Amino acid sequence: MIKRLLAVCLACFLAAPLFAAEAPDALIRRVSEEVLEIVRQDKDIRNGDIQKISALVDAKVLPYFNFQRMTSLAVGRDWRSANPAQKNRLAEEFKNLLVRTYSNALSSYSNQRIVFKPFKMKSGETEVLVRSEVTQPGSQPVQIDYWLEQSGDNWKVFDVVVAGISLVTNYREQFANEVRAGGIDGLIASLAAKNKSLEVAAAAKNGKK
Amino acid sequence: MTLKAGFSVRRLLRLLALGGALAVSTAHASAQEAQRDPYENFNRSMFSVNEALDKYAARPVAQAYDAAFPLPVKASVGNFFGNVGEVWGGANNALQGKPADAGLGLTRFLINSTVGILGLFDVASELGFERYNEDFGQTMAVWGVGNGPYVFLPVVGPRTSRDLLGWAVDTYVDPVSTIHPESVRIGTSVLRFVDVRAGLLPADKVVEEAALDKYAYVRDAYLQRRRNLIYDGRPPRLDD
Repeated sequence: MIKRLLAVCLACFLAAPLFAAEAPDALIRRVSEEVLEIVRQDKDIRNGDIQKISALVDAKVLPYFNFQRMTSLAVGRDWRSANPAQKNRLAEEFKNLLVRTYSNALSSYSNQRIVFKPFKMKSGETEVLVRSEVTQPGSQPVQIDYWLEQSGDNWKVFDVVVAGISLVTNYREQFANEVRAGGIDGLIASLAAKNKSLEVAAAAKNGKK
Repeated sequence: MTLKAGFSVRRLLRLLALGGALAVSTAHASAQEAQRDPYENFNRSMFSVNEALDKYAARPVAQAYDAAFPLPVKASVGNFFGNVGEVWGGANNALQGKPADAGLGLTRFLINSTVGILGLFDVASELGFERYNEDFGQTMAVWGVGNGPYVFLPVVGPRTSRDLLGWAVDTYVDPVSTIHPESVRIGTSVLRFVDVRAGLLPADKVVEEAALDKYAYVRDAYLQRRRNLIYDGRPPRLDD
């Protein structure tokens, strides 16, 4: 009996690594390779087809992001004074803004090289930094770093830092100003208005084609 | 056309003395981190002036340049100006107590000036010698000089007070500023400006779309970027 139990334990022990979560650096590497491979093969995306780009981002990128955490970082101290419904609205609008502005960058991809820096992780760490560099001829390499946190068995990105500029915390002052002027609801309204105006501009551009 | 590599030591010393005086005043100012943009009203009006200059002059010229020349030409221009700054970048690494990186700057300069034909080709990077982005503002930061108030000036762009002074020193020792005759010097400076502006074209749309308040977005991005450079790409995370 004990022997069988031990055998089961041993089997579990051996199998554990197979079921363990993908390491953060492996995750980022895999996702970037998958996405860039699709961009390389899809001419519409490189020509800036917004629908195709957002479908790609929705399917392949967003599942690995934690937008609640990102929004809380961007909002800073005022996040605590928001109620759950406001938090959800904020996260939703902020997600739309980030996706809309930065997924366009995919269309300007033209064979730049991505180099991943050596990744070190201490055991038990729940927040890690994965560092990479995008190189292209004639210009300095652009540093792109991803902050990830462990959530359950998986890792999720909560900040992207381009050339030292955090795309998330760069909003902190702007958001704080909006909250000072119109409260949390004022910030939600400004973000919604911004997203609306971007949507209208994109629609006008598509209509012209 | 002559290009004098040297610069007057006396001129540099005078600037350093001025830097010392300014360092004291900016270090004091940095104690009040909340007041990092005390001249916001002035800066915002300068920002609008710059937006207009950019819209009607700098951006159209940069777009024309970007469209007119193939990538290898633009890459060579970028490499050339990168190479021109290599020795001063190395000197700054030495002043920051990083002799290994200082030597790397000199190595890169020697490789690219010879095999890379006057810096037109960045052979050093191909060989695995990485380029470091260093300037005198970063050196002063390593020496303990605080940011000081944020300033936005037309054409010059965003700067902290410390980096405005650093930029003045960088310009003084810049090999391009010793080119004769004047017409070639000005032409070279304009080309460099256009090259830099053209490199920023892809970012235009992103900033335009991403920002709720473009002035604040640019200011905060600049301050983050400088902080990142001062820590050589690995600043400690700032969270509440």
